[in-house]
Amino acid sequence: MENKNLAVSVDDLTVAYNYKPVLWDIDLAIPEGVLMAIVGPNGAGKSTLIKSILGIINPIAGSISIYGKPYDEQRKLVAYVPQKGSVDWDFPTTALDVVKMGTYGSLGWIKRPKQKEKKAALEALEKVGMLAFKDRQISQLSGGQQQRIFLARALVQNASIYFMDEPFQGVDATTEIAIINILKELRKSGKTVIVVHHDLQTVPEYFDWVTFLNVKKIATGPVKDIFNDDNLTKTYGINYKVSVQQ
Amino acid sequence: MTSAQLEIQLIASIVAIACAIPGTFLVLRKMALISDAISHSILPGLVIGFFITHDLSSPLLIVLAALSGLVTVILVEFIQKTGLVKEDTAIGLVFPALFSIGIILIAKNANDVHLDVDAVLLGELAFAPFDRLLVNGADLGPKSLWIIGSILAITVTLLMAFFKELKVSTFDAGLATALGFSPAVLHYGLMSVASVTTVGAFDAVGAILVVALMIAPAATAYLLTNDLKKMLVLSIGFGVLSAISGYWLAHWLDASISGSMTSILGVLFLLVYLFAPSRGLLSVLYRNKQQRIEVSLLTFLLHLNNHSEEEERHINHLNEHINWQKVRSKSVVDLALKNNMITIDNNVISLTDKGTSFTNKAIDYIITNDDTEIESMKEDFFLFRG
Repeated sequence: MENKNLAVSVDDLTVAYNYKPVLWDIDLAIPEGVLMAIVGPNGAGKSTLIKSILGIINPIAGSISIYGKPYDEQRKLVAYVPQKGSVDWDFPTTALDVVKMGTYGSLGWIKRPKQKEKKAALEALEKVGMLAFKDRQISQLSGGQQQRIFLARALVQNASIYFMDEPFQGVDATTEIAIINILKELRKSGKTVIVVHHDLQTVPEYFDWVTFLNVKKIATGPVKDIFNDDNLTKTYGINYKVSVQQ
Repeated sequence: MTSAQLEIQLIASIVAIACAIPGTFLVLRKMALISDAISHSILPGLVIGFFITHDLSSPLLIVLAALSGLVTVILVEFIQKTGLVKEDTAIGLVFPALFSIGIILIAKNANDVHLDVDAVLLGELAFAPFDRLLVNGADLGPKSLWIIGSILAITVTLLMAFFKELKVSTFDAGLATALGFSPAVLHYGLMSVASVTTVGAFDAVGAILVVALMIAPAATAYLLTNDLKKMLVLSIGFGVLSAISGYWLAHWLDASISGSMTSILGVLFLLVYLFAPSRGLLSVLYRNKQQRIEVSLLTFLLHLNNHSEEEERHINHLNEHINWQKVRSKSVVDLALKNNMITIDNNVISLTDKGTSFTNKAIDYIITNDDTEIESMKEDFFLFRG
């Protein structure tokens, strides 16, 4: 990762809910082409960090840039996979239709998805192994399948940077492997992938870059250099020992 | 049918369509109660507009009333954001306050006009054909038809233009923001349409029943489909059905038209709630019963699979061995026989090849939760449909 372009750069970011800081003076530089985990305890502000970068939450201070420009100008370079629990899966729609929503950003206001968008959505469904379920109502899918649909929706955006909020939560082992393989492929093709992640055991296996977060930024860098008991203890407060077998 | 009768049905149908469209999105956004709040709190706007224009069908009056609807939404959100009370409490605080301001304004100032409390609460469709739109002496039809017709035209245009934006922001507001479709703009857009529609429908059906026209058709349609477009079409269909049949019910009973329309909507919802093919109460009960039998069947097949000794497989011993009631044993055995999963020879039950393979697949599925192997079984068994 020597001196590459910065995909995302966060400067002095502070976010507060009801005057209580959730993120405090975060500086973060994410190089292009990394597969990065954001780890930290519950309430550390991991999701908030992603949402602030994406303009879903308004920070009280600080600035964000995507490849050197504000997010509003770079929207099309970014894809987002929210937490699965953030939507109502009883919504009357099908798997294919949800994936198509990924194309709405490039369409802009008023224009409707056509054959080209449908084709892209079908290809994304195939990539995540969900083509057979394209007409299934979304509440009829298992948790793992719903997560794959969300991933397909991000893939169809054909972005340069992918943000994912706990994509492995509540999914079966098969889906977890399928998802991580797709993420590794994305990195191979030069994309930047940023994942809010909970399972510390799998960090060295899945990711090459890691950010430790607990309201403040504790550390960020290559997994092999900074994923150690010292940083884990600083982040999680208690004497947190994960024997890191590298 | 006289032309007045035809006009009333036409107005009622258009009101129903205009309400069903924003209503569908309100139901999906779990904001049904906000329509109740809007419908009451447009009253002060309506009264103030009337004082200014002295004309119940002036566009200014509609705009002012719709504005007070929006004020309601903003006040509710403001109170809710303080975190001191929940949304339902905030709604309960805001709309009675605004509504009562309207009531006081009417009582103090408008004693001599037809703006009375009864009309506000219940509306009166039967009088709609008497108030005509006259241009240079030419009769262009009832005024309320023009008003609600224009509102419907605007609503439909907006729906066609922003359908995809409304869909994505309703389903996933976070994604909508990230994609650049401001959910706030869409939210207030929808609230404006709901307010304007309420004002337009108000004259015809009144403040209380307009809520039913927004919510009931959408709630009924929700039980019947998994497709947003179909849900919109069905809501509209139920609205129109209730408008026309409600009119004739009122005609027959010599009662309020709006009351009959909403009663019909209530009955429609009840029927769908009971009989809807997949989400209706009866089909849910049936499905639960079938699943119970299927679990029993699986238990039974597993038992046969695990035991080769004859006494374990004797039909008369089934009851004591698996500890079932007679009726249950019989329905399970019948189901297994019907599917050619077992053969009964001399009262001893054996698994067929089909039964064995079914059992193995089912066990695999339960252990691995991988449902690629069992797609074919989903057709016949509720148990595997997830």
